[in-house]
Amino acid sequence: MSKGNLTRRGVLKTGAVAGAGLALPTYLSAQDSGFTNAPSGATVTLGFNVPQSGPYADEGADELRAYELAVDHLNGTGADNGMLETFKYADGSGTVLKGSGVLGKKVEFVTGDTQTKSDAARASAKSMIEKDGAIMITGGSSSGVAVAVQALCQEAGVIFMAGLTHANDTTGKDKRANGFRHFFNSYMSGAALAPILAAQYGSDRKAYHLTADYNWGYTTEEAIRSSTEAMGWETVGTVLTPLTQTDFSSYITPVLQSDADVLVLNHYGGNMVNSLTNAVQFGLRDRMVNGKKFEIVVPLYSELMARGAGSNIAGILGSQNWDWKLENQLGAKYSGTNAFVQSFGTKYGFPPSQAAHTCYVQTLLYADAVERAGSFAPCAVVDALEGFSFDGMGNGPTLYRGEDHQCFKDVIVVRGKENPENEFDLVEIVEVTPVEQVTYAPDHPQFAGGALGSCNNGA
Amino acid sequence: MDAIILQILNGLDKGSAYALIALGLTLIFGTLGVVNFAHGALFMIGAFCAVTLSRLLSLSHEVAVPGSVDFLGNPQMRDVPYIYEIFGESLGAGIIDWAVPLSILFAIPVMIAIGVIMERGLIKHFYKRPHADQILVTFGLAIVLQEIIKYYYGANPIPTPAPSAFIGSFDFGALIGFEAGQIIYPYWRLVYFAFAAVIIGAVFAFLQFTTFGMVVRAGMADRETVGLLGINIDKRFTIMFGLAAAVAGLAGVMYTPINSPNYHMGMDFLVLSFVVVVVGGMGSLPGAVLAGFLLGILESFASMREVIAIIPGINQVIIYLVAIIILLTRPRGLMGRKGVMED
Repeated sequence: MSKGNLTRRGVLKTGAVAGAGLALPTYLSAQDSGFTNAPSGATVTLGFNVPQSGPYADEGADELRAYELAVDHLNGTGADNGMLETFKYADGSGTVLKGSGVLGKKVEFVTGDTQTKSDAARASAKSMIEKDGAIMITGGSSSGVAVAVQALCQEAGVIFMAGLTHANDTTGKDKRANGFRHFFNSYMSGAALAPILAAQYGSDRKAYHLTADYNWGYTTEEAIRSSTEAMGWETVGTVLTPLTQTDFSSYITPVLQSDADVLVLNHYGGNMVNSLTNAVQFGLRDRMVNGKKFEIVVPLYSELMARGAGSNIAGILGSQNWDWKLENQLGAKYSGTNAFVQSFGTKYGFPPSQAAHTCYVQTLLYADAVERAGSFAPCAVVDALEGFSFDGMGNGPTLYRGEDHQCFKDVIVVRGKENPENEFDLVEIVEVTPVEQVTYAPDHPQFAGGALGSCNNGA
Repeated sequence: MDAIILQILNGLDKGSAYALIALGLTLIFGTLGVVNFAHGALFMIGAFCAVTLSRLLSLSHEVAVPGSVDFLGNPQMRDVPYIYEIFGESLGAGIIDWAVPLSILFAIPVMIAIGVIMERGLIKHFYKRPHADQILVTFGLAIVLQEIIKYYYGANPIPTPAPSAFIGSFDFGALIGFEAGQIIYPYWRLVYFAFAAVIIGAVFAFLQFTTFGMVVRAGMADRETVGLLGINIDKRFTIMFGLAAAVAGLAGVMYTPINSPNYHMGMDFLVLSFVVVVVGGMGSLPGAVLAGFLLGILESFASMREVIAIIPGINQVIIYLVAIIILLTRPRGLMGRKGVMED
């Protein structure tokens, strides 16, 4: 009689392995799996990819402050709850976020340095995804970076919540299913600014554009040109300026020789500070042409740029995604603004920039979508964000459009203040252009080409 | 015609900055034989001398504004500079207004000290090393210096305006017989050009007409022989390094009202200034000045819309294109001397 190989030890081993095998599916479903960096412990990691070095380091620092504040609020460890108190759904009910983490997991974060260079930004995002297990990447201060990182996140199967990116391409020809943009875009700047420019400066104007030689510059020039030409303005000249240009005098003097009576500076950051400073030095603001006062327009404003330009920014019109004075000046429609300003101001001692605002809001929107979806899986988050309407985040009623993952909300037209009281009071709100005036069809020519594709859960 | 005159003025203005930086670079190369990639950083530090003095003069204490609150609902505070209390409000405001020109006095000793410390502390150890080593170490130093400035002053440009008397434009056209308002040019840019001319003249006069300058020129021609005559040429060359640093620093101080200074401004000028030095001829002081103005003017003309319409993108490459042409036809540059950097 053969005893075979059956032993007590063997039975125990086999039993243990079989038991573990049978238990595995339950374990996996309980831990939310089947996608890149599915969180398995008590924490979930977000990746904040902001410029920590290079020319936009100050803007990146402000973004990072906002992200840290958002994490405090999500975990319930802040001095207050910030926008969690004001964040509402379309039906008027409040957010499901309660300051107890996201899906019961404590939110942690890692940071990367984009250096405002596409390759560096991709490398830091990749490292945060692969080494740190980041489930979502957010941040940035440039459209070139946003487009590059968005494509990377699509391939890797994580969500990308864009920071400050204004080029049409981010949600136009370069849009991706895993990417979402809360910030406004060049088209919206044009649509918001043109009626106010016509109202303030008249519809018989001759505009001269100086445009930064990269994708944001092109889309901004195109947007402002088409919007202002539709209002009756004539474009008498457009010149591309190298991104590395510091002294714009040789680009400004031809403006003096032309019969233009408006100069549009499609520049951002240091380019804008320098070109505006040079334009003012050459007396453009004191000039009379065609019987009209010469005017300068800066389509995209930022508080940091205004600070860099100093008194030269006074009286210059431009557009913004948000301003910290909105709720105080224009009422409860922009609720959430004061809650955020209070939280941010108490923690850091000064009001937040629009870059900080968009980053803070993006983090809360992501967390809320995860809660509503009941899963960190990117495709579930995409479903929860597409067509999502919300309010109480500082911009009034807002829609995350499903077709292109672009947020639609009011746009603020601002002007450099003549006599600022302090360095945080450099712009004044001129008017708010309602969302209907800045909304466009998903197949609008300025956003043509490219496809959202389908969401990617990754591994 | 007026467009051409304006672009010449622009070119002279740009050329002033190139020439001043290139002059310092050439002085250091000619005396010490060092290719100093940290020279742009010295220009940037000069600009930040103006920022620092402007901030020092504006040091303030806060006073509550009655009946006014800030964004958090706390009493609104207003900054009152201490200088108002020392000199009275109008004189105090006047001193703050003139912070940039006053910074010249502040920058000269600071820049000479930085130059001497840089030379004695680091660069002297690389005299006998290959140029590649010198470039690497000075480039590294430039990055360190700009990161230090960024740490203390941030990455954002800092507005540092000219005195209010120099804000606005001058009707240059009316002066040379054009219609009023046809050729207007900012006052401060004219001041910058005049300042650059004075500094360049002073450096040449110093080298040409003083005994110290004569020894330095002799040392540049034949260091060994001058040393054998019992003259401590090393000490003089250290002083020249300090002077070159001061020239770059003063160029930076006076540049601040033209473009708000930021930590990166030195790097923006560095590459162009090297092109200027090479085009002018390594080691040639008049060559550096000539090439600075020449390339500044060419760059301005290449930025004209009419020129870009004929040759798109010429504004981005003109300086390098001209450099290639000059080096092909005159391999030693415009005024280069035989034997310099040819070993």
